[in-house]
Amino acid sequence: MAIAKSSQMMHDFSLSPRIDQVGVEERASRFTKRSIKNESKENGLKLVLNMIDLTTLEGKDTDGKVKQLCYKAMHPHDALADIPTVAAICVYPSMVKVAKKALGDSGIKVASVATAFPSGQAPRDIKIRDTKYAVNEGADEVDMVISRGKFHSGEYNFVFDEIAAIKEACGAARLKVILETGELGTYDKVRRASDIAMHAGADFIKTSTGKIQPAATMPVTLVMLEAIRDFYYKTGKMIGMKPAGGISKSKLALHYLVMVKEVLGEDWLNNEWFRFGASSLANDVLMQLVKLKTGQYQSANYFSVD
Amino acid sequence: MAKAISKKKAAKKSNTIKLKFDTSWQYALAPESKSAATINKQYDLFINGEWQKPTSKKYFDTINPATEEKLSEVADANAADVDKAVKAARNAYDKVWKKMPAKERAKYIFRIARIMQEKARELAIVETLDGGKPIKESRDFDVPTAANHLFYYAGWADKLEYAFPNRQTEPLGVAGQITPWNFPLLMAAWKIAPALATGNTVVLKPAESTPLTTLKLAEIIQEADLPPGVVNIITGAGDTGAAIVNHADVNKIAFTGSTNVGKIIQRAIAGTNKKATLELGGKAANIIFEDAPIDQAVEGVVNAIFFNQGHVCCAGSRLYVQESVAKEVIRKLRDRMQSLIVGDPMDKNTDIGAINSREQLNIIQKYIAIGKKEGAEMYESSCALPSKGFWCRPTIFSNVAQSNRIAQEEIFGPVLSILTFRTDDEVIEKANNSPYGLSAGVWTDKGSKIFNMTKRMRAGVVWANTFNKFDPTSPFGGYKESGFGREGGLHGLSAYVNIV
Repeated sequence: MAIAKSSQMMHDFSLSPRIDQVGVEERASRFTKRSIKNESKENGLKLVLNMIDLTTLEGKDTDGKVKQLCYKAMHPHDALADIPTVAAICVYPSMVKVAKKALGDSGIKVASVATAFPSGQAPRDIKIRDTKYAVNEGADEVDMVISRGKFHSGEYNFVFDEIAAIKEACGAARLKVILETGELGTYDKVRRASDIAMHAGADFIKTSTGKIQPAATMPVTLVMLEAIRDFYYKTGKMIGMKPAGGISKSKLALHYLVMVKEVLGEDWLNNEWFRFGASSLANDVLMQLVKLKTGQYQSANYFSVD
Repeated sequence: MAKAISKKKAAKKSNTIKLKFDTSWQYALAPESKSAATINKQYDLFINGEWQKPTSKKYFDTINPATEEKLSEVADANAADVDKAVKAARNAYDKVWKKMPAKERAKYIFRIARIMQEKARELAIVETLDGGKPIKESRDFDVPTAANHLFYYAGWADKLEYAFPNRQTEPLGVAGQITPWNFPLLMAAWKIAPALATGNTVVLKPAESTPLTTLKLAEIIQEADLPPGVVNIITGAGDTGAAIVNHADVNKIAFTGSTNVGKIIQRAIAGTNKKATLELGGKAANIIFEDAPIDQAVEGVVNAIFFNQGHVCCAGSRLYVQESVAKEVIRKLRDRMQSLIVGDPMDKNTDIGAINSREQLNIIQKYIAIGKKEGAEMYESSCALPSKGFWCRPTIFSNVAQSNRIAQEEIFGPVLSILTFRTDDEVIEKANNSPYGLSAGVWTDKGSKIFNMTKRMRAGVVWANTFNKFDPTSPFGGYKESGFGREGGLHGLSAYVNIV
């Protein structure tokens, strides 16, 4: 048990707040009823674009692919003036150096997955080396996965210590902790994993790897946002949130923004504290922005597919 | 790491920590269009299938409580008009409706329900204009639930032998029905649907401040080609209602409204053979235990007391929180109240609309003053209010005692009284310590506790880990001064039949 080994200051994670499934799903669906129109839509879409971690996490990733993605990150749609860049690009550790070089001084961050992503089934020393490698290559942010097997076995202490160890290995890089909520099974467990990650030193908590279905959902994200809020109430420390996977349409992304606005408020409505992990969302956002400007939808052929 | 943050520092910080909900990213206006609805300049009485001028020759205004602008004027029915309506209903009952095969009756009810669905948008707009409730609620709750109710009872019409196995039933005759101003269309559907399904005819009077959707329902009934006189809709204030209640040829009174009027009705029908169902006031206890899912419970509290501006007879207006979590619940509730959008009911993003009438606003303000005087700690959301119309910010009182008037009397507005408790027995005793008993709520993660509580709670409806949920299949009604009889479900049928 987590409490057995740690000091009495430690949180007893088996006592994490319970979540009512019906209630949380109902609340999440209510955010989708907000009507986002006109300037509020335009500002929201720009905010969404600026919060995206543009992602490529494939076995077949090459230098060429990553360089193209970086160009897209810096120039999402040059035909459209006055739009922001994305927040970061997200790659495997082996691609960090390429990405870092390609992005130069654009201000766009490089996030690297690490810790035997996506399964996390590797010994701790390998995970630490994986992390250190990514950081040494220049990663600004590390997206780690938790050991879901250990979590399900009730070894919360193991999960906690592992996150703490990776945090240490990160040095100055910000740590995002992926809970892989699609493998956790219940909202209660999502909440518990969120609490463990935050107490162990996560700078961000993140829903998914994108490799497991379901990936991010609104209720899961709501549970995590409420965990962040409770942690903030207790400690005064802000934790970021990153839903990842499954958010490919602007409308859904705007619903997420509504949720952040109404649960955590102003301080979290920027890419310092909220990110979307997505690959195809950017083009849909661009398509909507063009539509707002011109009144017409352009076909997908008018938006680059890097 | 968490250990690194000293407890003292954290505690000090947490007192000053505030979430900022006044964000730079704002929602733009999203008003529903008024032009999608037609409201006549004047409405007559719907008697015997046609629109008839009132013999009183008088009309009264109905206004939009959000703007105080006049929407229309409606006929003021006097005793002679009521008599005409009851005669039409009696005639339709004897000559047409009670003889009609049940499956034919069902077809008419289905038809009304379907037309209601087709006109859902218009009905929602009119409901919001006339009553001040947010368009989101009239669109997503009032109108669809009203249609569902009709569909449900239409299904029962030719299956009464299954509803009452091995028994024969017969309709009562003419039902006099009086509906309140908080859910005008929905209450009309609640009352008309079971009456028609069981073979009764109807004289219905909506509340004088919100008659328009019920008059729109009369238009739908006309369009559905219901035989003349089966449903008669007449408008007026208390005198009109009294004339219905006192009419010798009315067999049943169904009333939803205040406990005071309920008592008057009961006195009036004493000694007659009129049947009655009365659905009256409430002061529901909503109980949060320390093991409850707190965030969902807070959301449930918001639903319980701020839904429809708190103009809900089953509103969870007494909140009992176990002391160990009281601070947390109140803090979260305050934060949640900051994100409630108060204002133009026609805006699709509005959460809390206008108070239904000036009279009701006065009552609410009177109770807010009483609460302050009683020494309870008041908190209201900081939202701006429109300059015209009737408005009340969502308000909570904490540190309330059982002996406070704001904990005993029905306020019927967005005002919550928060009390704390220590043990299960204590909260049961306090929750039942009320002249009312319409509804209650229990929030806990422990299933056995839910059953223990619900068994001992003297309330007609008890919600567990939710609040203000309605379904046509579920009976609704109260204990004690909250009235008697049940509407909805199988129980709702028995209020309209004699078992022979």
